[in-house]
Amino acid sequence: MADKRVNWFRYAAPQTFYLLAGRVVPWFAIAAVVLTAAGLYLGLWAAPTDAQQGEAYRIIFVHVPAAWMSMLVYLAMAFWAAIGLIFNSRLSSMMANALAPTGAWMTFLALWTGALWGKPTWGTWWVWDARLTSELVLLFLYIGYMALHAAIDDVRRADRSAALLAIVGVVNVPIIYFSVQWWNTLHQGASVSLTKAPSMALPMLIGMLVMTLAFWMYCIAIALARVRAIILERERHTAWVRRSVAIA
Amino acid sequence: MNWSSWSDFFAMGGYGLYVWGSFGMCALALALEVGMVSARRRAALQQDDADAMDNTGVGA
Repeated sequence: MADKRVNWFRYAAPQTFYLLAGRVVPWFAIAAVVLTAAGLYLGLWAAPTDAQQGEAYRIIFVHVPAAWMSMLVYLAMAFWAAIGLIFNSRLSSMMANALAPTGAWMTFLALWTGALWGKPTWGTWWVWDARLTSELVLLFLYIGYMALHAAIDDVRRADRSAALLAIVGVVNVPIIYFSVQWWNTLHQGASVSLTKAPSMALPMLIGMLVMTLAFWMYCIAIALARVRAIILERERHTAWVRRSVAIA
Repeated sequence: MNWSSWSDFFAMGGYGLYVWGSFGMCALALALEVGMVSARRRAALQQDDADAMDNTGVGA
C-alpha cells in the first residue's frame, strides 16, 4: 500500500511552491475582488450615518483593515524570516522579502487614512501619541528591512541580516496593539474584542469585517504573486526556470 | 444610508475630501502595487530569456 501522506516539506522547494502559488493566487484575487465589492457596498451605501462623526466615520472601512493588515503582515514576515534564519531555508526568506512591501503599503495607508480621519474629527492631521508613533515606527521597520536587504550584496547574508531586524522589530506589534490600553492616547480604544460585545453598530461592524477580510485576501494574493517573481529572479540559474521560461 | 442623490454621495456630508482622499489613496496604492509586481515578474522573465540566449547562442 503506497504511503498516501503528503510530505508538506516538498513545498519548501522553490520549484514546487512556485507552481502551487501560481494555482492559488487567482482564487485569493477573486476572493479579494468579491469581498471588496461587498464591503464597499456595505460601507458606503448600506451602513447608516454616525451620530457623532457624520459621514467621516466611513474612513473606518479602509483605515482599520489597513492597520490590522500592517500588523498581521509584519508578524507573518517576521515568522518566515525566523524560519529562514533558523532552518536556513531559502524559500522562507524569499517569502519574508515578498511580504515586506505589502506590509509597508498597508502601514502607509493606515497612517494616511488615519490622518485624513483625524483632521475633521480630532482637529489635527497628526499627534505624537503612542499608537500613531508606534505605527510610524512600524513603517520605518518595513522600509529598514527592505533597505538593509538591498544594501547587502550576497543575497543569503542579506536574508539573514534583514531577518534579525524583522525579528527584533516584532516587539513593536504588541506595543501598537496595546498602546491604547497602556497609555493615555488620543487614538480611541478598542471597539472590538474577542471577549466582549462590540461597542459598534452591527451594520458598521459587518462592513468593517468584510473589508478586513478583503484586504487580507488581497495581501495574500499580492505577496504570493511577488514571491513568484522573487523565485524567478533567484532561481534563474536552475534548469526548471530555464525550461519553464522557454515554454512561457 | 441610501443616498438621496449622487452629489450627496460624493459630498459625503461635507467630508468628501477626507473620505474620498482615503478610499482614493487605497485604490492608488492597489494599482501601484499590482503594477509593480507585474513589472517585476515581466523583468524576471525577460532576464531569464536573455540568460537563455546567452547560454545557447539562440533562443532557448
